[in-house]
Amino acid sequence: MSVQKVGLTFGTSRGRPILNDVNFDVLEGEFLCIVGPSGCGKTTLLRLLAGLLQPTSGAIVFQGHRVSGPSRSRAIVFQDYPNALLPWRTVAGNVALSLEACGIARAQRGAAVDALLAKMGLQNAADQFPSQLSGGMQQRVQIARCLAQQPKIMLMDEPFGALDAITRQSLQDELLAIASERRMTVVFITHDLEEAIYLGDRVIVLGANPGHIVELVDVGLPRPRNQLTTREDFKFLSLRHRLFGMLQGH
Amino acid sequence: MVQRFIRGIIVPALAIAVWEAASRTGILKLEFLSRPSDILAAGIDGLRDGSILLATAQTFEAAALGLAIAVVAGVLAGTILGLSRPIERTVGPTIEALRPIPAVAFIPLTLLLFGFGLPMEGTVVAYACVWPILIATVAAVRGIEPRLLEVAQALELSFAERMRKIILPAALGRINVGVRVAVGFALVVAVTVEIVVNPRGLGYSLIVAQQSLRIDLMYAQLLWLSILGYTVNALLRTVRTSEPDLQAGRAA
Repeated sequence: MSVQKVGLTFGTSRGRPILNDVNFDVLEGEFLCIVGPSGCGKTTLLRLLAGLLQPTSGAIVFQGHRVSGPSRSRAIVFQDYPNALLPWRTVAGNVALSLEACGIARAQRGAAVDALLAKMGLQNAADQFPSQLSGGMQQRVQIARCLAQQPKIMLMDEPFGALDAITRQSLQDELLAIASERRMTVVFITHDLEEAIYLGDRVIVLGANPGHIVELVDVGLPRPRNQLTTREDFKFLSLRHRLFGMLQGH
Repeated sequence: MVQRFIRGIIVPALAIAVWEAASRTGILKLEFLSRPSDILAAGIDGLRDGSILLATAQTFEAAALGLAIAVVAGVLAGTILGLSRPIERTVGPTIEALRPIPAVAFIPLTLLLFGFGLPMEGTVVAYACVWPILIATVAAVRGIEPRLLEVAQALELSFAERMRKIILPAALGRINVGVRVAVGFALVVAVTVEIVVNPRGLGYSLIVAQQSLRIDLMYAQLLWLSILGYTVNALLRTVRTSEPDLQAGRAA
């Protein structure tokens, strides 16, 4: 996926631009984190990648085609999981929605749903409704639903931002395990610098007013990562130091 | 429950007792006030020979027909208007102009179009019932969580799938509110049309009883209508209490 000189201005030409001249590539199989202060257009950028918004200048090219609308090959994990789940469907039903959209026959759906629920640790919640689950569990359901559509790329908008620290850490590790197992391409938006470094192969730092790329860094920390040793790694700390300065500077 | 029932029955029981006593002792000599015992007898006769039940079936038939048309038309049109602001802005003023016309004002027109019978009555009922359903549906569709529509987009659901899997289930709870209001209208309008022109159903039986001076039968039918209305309302209340889980799985 390639993001070419993308800009976005809401409203008339007099309006302030939200994003200006954003240029980067997403490499096949990489875990790319985008971090930035609030209001810098992170979510807007993700919506552009998803095709939910169209840029006013530049283009986004995915697998040789210009992105002009949403596609099942690009799964979106929304930040506000309670709104993104169908409250009248059970956990299993929510995951099945993706399979239905993909045109998978009813007979094969059951087993596929069971496998995904087991993968996300939801096997005991299959018949429960989203409102009966904790936030962490609800986000697991949304991730399972996105995995079900077998996307080429996962676009995640601050998926763990609203979760408590313990839940967040375990979901981070599960996500890393799934991503490496499936060699998934992930674009992960976060406002948490440490999360970005911990998860990412590369990290993009966005600046605000208008949103633009400040820096794109290779993380270069060994995988598999570990909540304790990785976060204590000298490289981790120095990267955190450097990027922290950038976030402050803008 | 039983205690509440007994409490609720005190007033009508007392009124009937006084009424009966007054008419028997001759204190009450109004020509158009029959005795409760005669009314009861007339009602039982009417139920036994099937005339009241037939009339009830005819009234319900028209109410149900009109309601069915109103649900289909109201939900369909309401969904389109709820999804599209431009269409809503174009059609909205026309709707606002049509809506205040009392449904019964269409009796002369529908009579010309359909003649006496079920179709004209059903049409008038449908006209009365479509508005609460339409308005509730527009609000319901407009109130759908935008994130759910984006999920539908992201999964590239077709329009039909989007309707069936996202929009209608998400809007169902609020549409139900409109339908419940419409059910109340349906019975009232059907009986009104029958009283005014249409020679069928309970409204017409009422008029016939009145004109043939069967005052006891007229009262019996009024009583029967009250029982029917009460029953329909009670049924609607049970739908209301079971709605939250139906609407969103938000039970528990």
